[in-house]
Amino acid sequence: MTVARPPIAMLAELTHRCPLSCPYCSNPVDMALKDSELSTDAWKDVFVQAADIGVLQLHLSGGEPATRRDLEELVAAAREAGLYTNLITSGIGLTERRLEALDRAGLDHIQLSLQGTTPEMADEIGGYRGGYDRKMQVAAWIGKIGFPLTLNAVLHRRNLHQLPRALEMAVEMGARRIEVATVQFHGWALQNRDALMPTREQAEEATRIVTEARTRLKGTLVIDYVPADYHSDYPKRCMGGWGSTGLNVAPDGQVLPCHAAQSIPHLRFDTVGDRPLAEIWQHSDAFNAYRGTDWMPEPCASCERKTVDFGGCRCQAMALAGDPSATDPVCVKSPHHVDLQARAAAHAAAEAPLVYRGQPGRTVVEPVGE
Amino acid sequence: MMQPSDIPSLPRGVRLHHDRVRGSWVLLAPERAVMLDATAHAILSRVDGQRSFGEITAELAEAYDAPPEAIAGDAAGFLGALRDRRFLELA
Repeated sequence: MTVARPPIAMLAELTHRCPLSCPYCSNPVDMALKDSELSTDAWKDVFVQAADIGVLQLHLSGGEPATRRDLEELVAAAREAGLYTNLITSGIGLTERRLEALDRAGLDHIQLSLQGTTPEMADEIGGYRGGYDRKMQVAAWIGKIGFPLTLNAVLHRRNLHQLPRALEMAVEMGARRIEVATVQFHGWALQNRDALMPTREQAEEATRIVTEARTRLKGTLVIDYVPADYHSDYPKRCMGGWGSTGLNVAPDGQVLPCHAAQSIPHLRFDTVGDRPLAEIWQHSDAFNAYRGTDWMPEPCASCERKTVDFGGCRCQAMALAGDPSATDPVCVKSPHHVDLQARAAAHAAAEAPLVYRGQPGRTVVEPVGE
Repeated sequence: MMQPSDIPSLPRGVRLHHDRVRGSWVLLAPERAVMLDATAHAILSRVDGQRSFGEITAELAEAYDAPPEAIAGDAAGFLGALRDRRFLELA
């Protein structure tokens, strides 16, 4: 067994509670209840342990992390532990006063999600009336305080035509960076493939727009791009390689190799408090299951790209091929690739109402028609 | 291209950090941690929003007993790449 190198980043999902109900939410369909969430002190201890094992970047996420009333205290504790603190938020639940408190607590950076570039689109996708206007108000406060800002635009068939405007908005808001992320089909998004799968033409147009904008906006706006991978020929380098650079702590303290890992039925996860984080990172069965390349079957094992993309995404292999150790079906070398491309085209041609993310134990379906 | 009179600075949200676990310096920025070698750290530790690029390269040339033109070329390449990623500002 090789010793795992120290992790660089930790995603802390402080809560699964969220005022929005985006149909592509990456939270598991079976969400953690409020009563099971780690306490303030437990999170603080996790931050200290994370810094001790080499984590540099802390992403505070959810659900909506602002739902936690102790967010400001948690940011201060994370900074005290020596971590770079990034808040991933919809903006809902943040007031000017709370942002000022986060500023005093030492928050380094804010990543603001964008569900659409018009109130109609954003509020429909987020399932929250008034959310867009609220978000624009929060963006103005962020600019006033001077937080470095990344806009995180999640794109899919319904809103991909808004990509050019999203890029303009990022510049107008003074964001240094935008993430242009085509929906990845995990969690709730798996139930929404007929509603959200982009067409191949849309995916190609998005790549063209991003390529052009990267040249035009060089030095002004950095663009990170997650393409529509069902339409790709090689899989994404998921998590930079399983158990290699990052870890995820769920609201109840379970430590996961990625946010979707609970969709792989055979994995068992350790929980902070039961076992030191250092031990979990090095020895947890879940982290070692797909770490490195020894676990790989063919065609990955003899592939020259095996340390480029590490066989792609394990959760996607589970969801699409029914086998978490299979080659990601996105890959041209996967026996499932041709079938996946056909399924992607069929999803893209289908029509379906949105299935909104629920709160724990509750699912909401978009009304059909008006 | 960087001019000797340019004054580089690290914008808010970008900072030098000593990584005690790996025993090295790192530049922390939004979604990125850039591991720094000794040269990169020597350059960035002089980026304070006060010293000009010309002053920084002159100091480095003296400290490392190296030709100023070579130092300026290397430093401009490194800082220019950081600027393109919006990890550095010039005044």
